[in-house]
Amino acid sequence: MEWLVFVPLAAMALITAVLVIVLRNPVYCALSLIGTFFALSGIYLLLQAQFIAVVQVIVYAGAIMVLFLFVVMLLDLGHELPAWLQRDRSRLLLGIGVIALLFIELAIPIGSRTSHGPQGPYTSELVGAVGNTQLVGRLLFTDFLIPFEITSIILLIAIIGAMVLARR
Amino acid sequence: MPEGAFFVIMVTKIVVVFGLMLLSVTYLTWLERKVIGDIQVRLGPMRVGPHGLLQPIADGLKLLFKEEIVPQAADRMLYLLAPALALIPAFISFAVIPFGDQVRLFGQSIDLVIADVNIGLLYVFGVASLGVYGIVLGGWASNNKYALLGGLRASAQMISYELSLGLSVVGVVMLSQSLSLVQIVDTQARVWFIVLQPIGFLIFLICAVAETNRAPFDLPEAETELVAGFHVEYSSMKFAMFFMAEYANMITVSAMATTLFLGGWRGPWLPPVVWFLVKLYLFIFLFIWLRGTLPRFRYDQLMRFGWKVLLPVALVNIMITAVFVALR
Repeated sequence: MEWLVFVPLAAMALITAVLVIVLRNPVYCALSLIGTFFALSGIYLLLQAQFIAVVQVIVYAGAIMVLFLFVVMLLDLGHELPAWLQRDRSRLLLGIGVIALLFIELAIPIGSRTSHGPQGPYTSELVGAVGNTQLVGRLLFTDFLIPFEITSIILLIAIIGAMVLARR
Repeated sequence: MPEGAFFVIMVTKIVVVFGLMLLSVTYLTWLERKVIGDIQVRLGPMRVGPHGLLQPIADGLKLLFKEEIVPQAADRMLYLLAPALALIPAFISFAVIPFGDQVRLFGQSIDLVIADVNIGLLYVFGVASLGVYGIVLGGWASNNKYALLGGLRASAQMISYELSLGLSVVGVVMLSQSLSLVQIVDTQARVWFIVLQPIGFLIFLICAVAETNRAPFDLPEAETELVAGFHVEYSSMKFAMFFMAEYANMITVSAMATTLFLGGWRGPWLPPVVWFLVKLYLFIFLFIWLRGTLPRFRYDQLMRFGWKVLLPVALVNIMITAVFVALR
């Protein structure tokens, strides 16, 4: 039953992800990326992580990609790649090499099943009983409080940095 | 409840809500023209049917039979897709809004909400944040400078006001301890949240007008500067779809304001569904009233107001609410 939903979502995520780098028109690339985010959000729903699924749509598809599109449209990037990015044998080989490395890196843990470790405390029964949002919130403000706060400070620094650079 | 009955009830609810939504969208055009007419001491539509009541149907038929024009330099695929992208989010966000109490019909108890999702509030925000794509892509795909400017304005405006919109309802979530719209209505059984969250309500209302791109926040389609903005190249039914999306968004946002701050379907004497509709149309009337009264913002005013006034006030509101919730 789960497969009926998972396989189309996974296929959609893969196809749109490939389209992001294959398509020539930057607007279509951005739209494909939105498609990827949607598929991922669906997979989060399958994992009963409703909060993360919706936040994925609100933050990535609804806000960040709108800004991407905004910039792409404002710059009017045209449809042709610049000359230095045109097809080049050595670059192609390098790309294939990197993809192969990544593939091996992913295949080893999946093949050896090291990902099937002992079960953690947050089973789907617990998540269902307490509520997904409540659990994420509680964890963020107890066990992960320091990483959470450090992240917000880093983001603040990035914002100030962008402001300083823009004022120059 | 047997599986079959559940299925039949579900489909019936969807069809009824969708049908009523379409009907309301059609007749909102009539209501808007009548109310604006009254504000400007005119009669509004009077010719088709008594008091122009058949005018929306005449308009709809006219739009269906108009010639479809696709500009030669337009990006054909996105140009055709954009109106649908605007329309779909406008309609599907109503799925989680409760419009009445449980009723008993044919021996079955039926919840008057299509789907009570535990993250209902976030679902509405997620869907609403996608509405901007129809406008932005419509503006870009038309390959017209005015349309592009309208689309860009829409994206900047909707992102800026979405933040304050989201923050304005955090207070409500803190008080009700839930993101489910059904539970938010339940916690308002004694006091409506408009009493406990007056600042949150005001910010929500302002941002809601901005999110629906209606006057005084109708910069994406400012007639006097951008001709008609993002939909200038659209004709026939595709043009109508953009307008249907705008009116449907108006209904959804009004329903959200009702649910979050005015106790949803709760009220004395009258049946719940009637209360819901009364409150809903109160907000819709307010939307039309605003359009008939206020002049349009300037672009820099719009941005300054959103970022430097609404956002800090919304944050302070959350802080005050947090102190009260902690002390309780």
